[in-house]
Amino acid sequence: MDKAALASALGSPAAFGQSQFALTRGNAFEAKVKADGGAELLRLVHERLDRGAEPPAEARVEVPDLSATGPEGRTARTALALREAAGTPGAWTLLDHPMLALDVAGSPAFLEPDAVVVHPDGSWTVVEIKSFPMLDGSADPAKVGAAARQAAVYVLALERVAARLDPAPRVRHRVLLVCPKDFSNLPTASAVDVRKQRAVTDRQLARLTRVEDIADALPEGVCFSPELPAEELAAAVEAVPAAYAPECLSACELAFHCRAGSREAGAVTCLGRPVRAELGGLSTVEDVLAAARGEAGDPDDPAVAALRRAARLRAEALATAGSRSGGAGTASAAGDGSGAGSRTGVGEVSACR
Amino acid sequence: MSLITTLARLEAVRTGRAQPAATVRHRHLSDRPLVFVPLTTAGEAGAPLGALVGTDRDAPHLLVVPQPRDRDLRFAFLADLADIVLPHIEAYAESVEAAERTETDPETGKRVKVEVDLCADAAQLVVPSRAGVDFVRLLGRSMRFRRTAEQDPETPHPAPPRVPLLGRWLTHYGERARVPGSSLLLAMTDLLGRHWATGQSTLEDQHLGALLAWIAPDGTQGATGAEAARRAELARDADGQLLCPPAGPATDPAFDNRLLAPAIERHHRARTALAAAEDGLEADDRLGALTAAEREIRGLVESRTRPTWDAVWRGLDLLRELPEGAHAEERWTRDRWSFTSHRDRILAGEPPQPRRDDAVTAANKLATREREQARLEAQEALDDPLVMAGRRLSGEAFAGEVVDVVMAYSESKRPSPRPLVTVRTDDRPHLGERVKVYRSLGGKPQTAEYVGPAAPDHGDGTGTGADDGTLVLRIMDKMGRGKEPEAGSVPEKGDLVCFTLFEHEQRGGAKLPDPEQTPWTHGGPPGETATVPEAADAQTEEDVL
Repeated sequence: MDKAALASALGSPAAFGQSQFALTRGNAFEAKVKADGGAELLRLVHERLDRGAEPPAEARVEVPDLSATGPEGRTARTALALREAAGTPGAWTLLDHPMLALDVAGSPAFLEPDAVVVHPDGSWTVVEIKSFPMLDGSADPAKVGAAARQAAVYVLALERVAARLDPAPRVRHRVLLVCPKDFSNLPTASAVDVRKQRAVTDRQLARLTRVEDIADALPEGVCFSPELPAEELAAAVEAVPAAYAPECLSACELAFHCRAGSREAGAVTCLGRPVRAELGGLSTVEDVLAAARGEAGDPDDPAVAALRRAARLRAEALATAGSRSGGAGTASAAGDGSGAGSRTGVGEVSACR
Repeated sequence: MSLITTLARLEAVRTGRAQPAATVRHRHLSDRPLVFVPLTTAGEAGAPLGALVGTDRDAPHLLVVPQPRDRDLRFAFLADLADIVLPHIEAYAESVEAAERTETDPETGKRVKVEVDLCADAAQLVVPSRAGVDFVRLLGRSMRFRRTAEQDPETPHPAPPRVPLLGRWLTHYGERARVPGSSLLLAMTDLLGRHWATGQSTLEDQHLGALLAWIAPDGTQGATGAEAARRAELARDADGQLLCPPAGPATDPAFDNRLLAPAIERHHRARTALAAAEDGLEADDRLGALTAAEREIRGLVESRTRPTWDAVWRGLDLLRELPEGAHAEERWTRDRWSFTSHRDRILAGEPPQPRRDDAVTAANKLATREREQARLEAQEALDDPLVMAGRRLSGEAFAGEVVDVVMAYSESKRPSPRPLVTVRTDDRPHLGERVKVYRSLGGKPQTAEYVGPAAPDHGDGTGTGADDGTLVLRIMDKMGRGKEPEAGSVPEKGDLVCFTLFEHEQRGGAKLPDPEQTPWTHGGPPGETATVPEAADAQTEEDVL
C-alpha cells in the first residue's frame, strides 16, 4: 500500500522524500566502492573482519550474476548463488544486490542488501554502504543506529536461507558499514556488532500481529483507495487502531493524520510519551487540567495531588514574577510588545521573595 | 521535563498559545549578535549551498555556491564567509580589559594572582536550530586542517588564506556550545524552547517555524498555535514548495528536486558552454547566460533562507522582552574567558585543535560540562521563581514563613551564634537530620542545618518534618565574627524565606595531571606524536566531491 498517497488523500501529506542530490551522491559512492569487481570492498571486509583469511587480492574471487525476473526469481537466484559459494571453499564471493525474503506478519517482504560477502571459511557477512561521512573515525550515532537496525533485518533473512543449507553456514553478527572518509569520497569501513538489533528485531517479528488478523478485525468492505472521498477514507483508516506518539513523525507517512486525530481527542501522548507516563491514569488534556484546577479527580490519587501542587506552585511563581516586573506583562507568552523595556536591575534577585 | 512544564504545555494546548516556561531570560544576548543561516547540499558532508549571515537584520550578506560540488566555488564561499565572520570576531578580540586570574606559580607552586587581558565582550553567533550548531562544528572541522598555499606550496588544492583560521574559530564555537549555559553559539529553537512551553512535543519544537507559530503567530488571524504550527510544517504553494522552508541546514527534498536541481543544471550547462566559446563575442553572450543562471540560484537560496533569517530576528525580539536573569551575566563572563583564551592560543601560534582530544583535555572538558550543568541548574532556580517552583515541587527546595527565631550558641570555647529558625512551609522537602540547606543572602549562599520538625509531638527526630509543615533550621554562617549576628543576617519572624537543598556555587573537581603526566592507563604522555602537526584531510582526486 502506498501510504504516502494515502496520507495526501487524507489531507495530511507526509513530508518525506529524497533529494536527487543525495540519491546521486549515494549511487556514485556505492558504484565507487563496488568498482573493479568489488576489489576495494573485499579488501575492506578482509581488513576489518577477517584478517586471518587469505587476502582477496591473492585469492579466487567470484562475483556471480544475480539478475533474474521478479523478486521471487531474484530471491531464488540469490539462494542458488549462496549454495554454490558454499561449494567453493577458499574463495571470496561477492553478491552484489542480492534479494532476500523475510516473513513479516505473515506476508513475505523482499529485502535488498547492498552486498553480501561469502568468506573463504564459508561464513557470510552483510555489507551496508551509506553515504554519510565517517568523520575522524566516528559517524552520526543516529544514522549508524538506523543502518545497524537495517543490517540486522538482512542478517535475520540470511539466517533463514542458511538454515536451509546443510551444513548451515555461519552468518556473521558483525556487519561491515562502508562510509566516505571525512569530506572525501574515499571509502572507509567499520565493523558494527548487530547482535542486539538482531535479537530485538527477531523478537518484534515474532510478536507482530499477523496481517490476516488485522484484516479479520476490520469491517466488511473497507477500502483504502486514495481515490475515495476523504471522509470515507478517513473512516476506513480509523478502523485500524493506531497509537500516535511524536516519534511517529520521523517514521510514518500517516503520522500527521494520526496526530490530528490524537489532538482532536485531546490525548496527552501528543506531547510525548514521557508526559503520558508522568500523569498516571489521566490521559486527556481536559482531564489533567480539570484535576489540576481541583474540579475533578481523586485528591488521594498521588498523580492528582502532585498536579494540584504543581498548579499551585506555578500560579504562585507567575504571580511573584508578575508583581516583580511591575505587571508589565513581560512574562506573558503572546509577546504583544507591551512588555518591552521592563528590565530588572542587575542587582541580586532572590527568586522566592 | 518537570510536572510544572508539562502543565504549562497542557495549558498551551487548551489556550492555543505558548505559555511562559521562564520569567526571566536565562541566556545573555549580545547587542550585536552575528546571525548565521546556512544551507547545505543533501547527501554531501561539508558542501554548503549558501548562507545568510550578518549583524544587520535588514541587510544580510547572501553567500551562494552555484555548484556545490565544485571545489573552487566552495572555497570562494568559505573565503567570503571568512571575510564577514573573522572581522566581526576580531573586532571583539581587540578590545580588552584588565582582569585577574589565579595561576599556579611554576617555581614556588603557590597560587598567585596574575594580571591578564580579558576581552571586554565576545562575539555571539546565533543559528536557527540545533542542526545549525552541528553544521557550524562540521564547517569548522572541514576547514581547520586545510592548507593554504603559504603554509604548504606543494598542496594540490590550496585553501584561501583565512579559511583555516575561520575553521579554528568555528570549531571553538561549536565546542563551546556543548557547555551547558554558554551563550557564544546559540540555537534559536533551544532559546525559545527554554523560555516558552508550547502545546506540542519537544520533538516538534525543533521546527523553528512551528515553534514561533505557538509563541507569536502572525498573519493567520485567530488561528490557534496548533493550526499555525501545522501550517508552518506542511503548507505548500501551488508549486509544491513549503511556505515556511525548513530552518536548515538541510533543504526540503521537493525544493531540491523541482527548483534547485534544474537551476544547477542550467548553470552547469552555461559554464560548459562558456568554456567552449571560440571567440570574444560568443564568450560575452555566454557569460551573460552564466550570470543569469547564477542569479537564479542566488534568488532560490535567498528565498529559502530569508524566512528563517526573519524568524531568527523575531525570536531575538521576543527574547529581548524578557528581563535578563541575574546570573546570566556571570555565565557570559565565562564565555568571555573562553573567547579570550582561544584568541590567545591563536595569537601564540598554536596548531589547530586536534582531531581527537588527548585524555587530559577530554577529561577536563567533561568535568567542565558537568560542573557548568550543576551551576546552570542552581543559578536558573535562583534567578527564576518558575524554575524554583519546579525544584520545590521535586522536594529540592522549600519556601515559607519564619514563625519563630530562638537565639542559640555553639558549644565551642568562643561561642558563635547559631540561631534556631522555625519555618512554616507547604512544600515537602526531602530533609534528613543535619542535612545542609542554603539560601541566598545578598548574593552569597548562607548555610543552615536541618534540626527537625518543630512540633514537640513529632519530635522523635526521625520525621521528615513535612507532617505539619513546620521545621527548625540552625543558621550556620554569614553572621559576622561577633557574638551577636550582624544586622539582617538572621531571618526575622514574619520573613518569607526560601532554602534549597542544592548548593548555589560549584566547587571545582580534583585537579588533573598535566598532559605530560598522563598515566599509562589513559594512553600515557602524548610523546613525540603530539609535536607532529596533524596532516590535512585526504582529498578526492576528481574536481567534484
